[in-house]
Amino acid sequence: MARRFKAPHIASSQITSETAYFNRRELMKAAGIAALPCALSGASRAAAAARPLEFKAASAGEQGFFTEESLTPESDVQSYCNFYEFGTDKGDPAKYASEMTVDPWSVEVTGLVNKPGKLNLEDILGRFDLEERIYRFRCVEAWSMVVPWIGFPLSSLLNRFEPTADAKYVEFRTLYRRNEMRGTRSFTSIIDWPYKEGLRMDEAMHPLTLMSVGMYGKTLPNQNGAPIRLIVPWKYGFKSIKSVVQIRLTDRQPGTSWQELAAHEYGFYSNVNPDVDHPRWSQRFERRLPSTLFNPNRIPTQKFNGYEEQVATLYSGMDLSKFY
Amino acid sequence: MQATLIRSLVFLAAASPFHWLVFAAVTNQLGPDPARDVMHFTGEWSLRLLAVTLCLSPLRQLGLWRYPFRFRRMLGLFAFFYGTVHLVGFGQLYIGWDSAILIEELVERPYITAGFAAWLMMLPLAVTSTRGWQRRLGKRWLRLHQLVYVAAIAGSLHLLWQARSDVGEALVYGVLFLVLLGWRGWRYFDRKLISKPSVSQASESP
Repeated sequence: MARRFKAPHIASSQITSETAYFNRRELMKAAGIAALPCALSGASRAAAAARPLEFKAASAGEQGFFTEESLTPESDVQSYCNFYEFGTDKGDPAKYASEMTVDPWSVEVTGLVNKPGKLNLEDILGRFDLEERIYRFRCVEAWSMVVPWIGFPLSSLLNRFEPTADAKYVEFRTLYRRNEMRGTRSFTSIIDWPYKEGLRMDEAMHPLTLMSVGMYGKTLPNQNGAPIRLIVPWKYGFKSIKSVVQIRLTDRQPGTSWQELAAHEYGFYSNVNPDVDHPRWSQRFERRLPSTLFNPNRIPTQKFNGYEEQVATLYSGMDLSKFY
Repeated sequence: MQATLIRSLVFLAAASPFHWLVFAAVTNQLGPDPARDVMHFTGEWSLRLLAVTLCLSPLRQLGLWRYPFRFRRMLGLFAFFYGTVHLVGFGQLYIGWDSAILIEELVERPYITAGFAAWLMMLPLAVTSTRGWQRRLGKRWLRLHQLVYVAAIAGSLHLLWQARSDVGEALVYGVLFLVLLGWRGWRYFDRKLISKPSVSQASESP
């Protein structure tokens, strides 16, 4: 299969000199001042324009980093989102996520690591080689997409902080800022913010597990989890936590938001599995988006979302109907 | 003449959500997952029109606004219509007319069972909504049409049991129906237990 992008196989940190790097910041400051009248008039505040990224294009192989399935159009991925911090309607994140400030941003890594610390987004973008991964994305609500993410393996991020031998699990937290996230101000919402997710250490270190900073060749739009989010393609979408600010390594299985809400419906693992139904709906089929009224595009759901070959060994011997 | 005009306007108003839906579908404005949009839209309009229909008796009984009572049948039939589009949408968009899946859904998913039951209860009401059936059934017609109360409860449960994390919308409908049915319950007991029943009032419900 032909590569979609002809991107250089060079890390962006090697291309961008330090002076250019600082110039860019000056440029951004200038742009910020230029944008001020716009901000004062209240129009499109903080809706930062997506910047193009440099990355290694996805290539086919046994690792599952690529699929030939047709991509879901970028506009659909941007307009149809679950990001309850901004409201429960699929269109809410696209409408309101621009209220979230994503610059400056930092990710704190704590817990069972030898070198706990904080990484600024600039450091993250500069230090890791970005690569593209074309993954299937299966929501627990029985719809799915195919998205070209850009990011780097979570394992390379975690290794930088040197996890100790006791670290068995990883806990993630999304930004929680009430004044910028109208969904968290809803009186009828029963989610205990901030949004939390978790992985077992071996899941976190798996090569498919990605920290994504972009999609479709550019930085992430706010509604898709800017500036940095997790992507775990063999699990239901809600595991792929957005706008991450905190990563904590622990020796105990962390509680996750959906599990705390309804443990009988959402398990810690939440691997895509057509044989284990959600108590309220079937998981045997999915609507591959975009779908239309006359062609709903219903396709059978695959075990581990089609990544069985890569990840099944992580769960050998486990009863997946019990550890759902 | 004026009455016909008003009736036509009410008809057009109740039909307008459907027209909007067809327009949006034809002009491709339903987004990447139209199945979900169509289902939410038709389900909500069915519940809304059911709520409006159930408002008409209390409005008249309270003497607040008697006029719209005459549109009770039309609006009730529209509630059934949107419920039917909702059901057809479920067959086409969610289960692909697979009877095995339908049975499984009906048995295993309480919210589907409740929704289907609500539609099933509205079906005989729609069929017997004509004057001919009203005559033929006589007093039993009223008794039969009290099924709409059960349908409203089933419809609210259908919505509530789908809520994932935010129960706000389901609560709005739930409270609305509780008030509307509570009013009838209160009147019923008031008449039966406290004051003497009056024949003329009894013919007004449901």
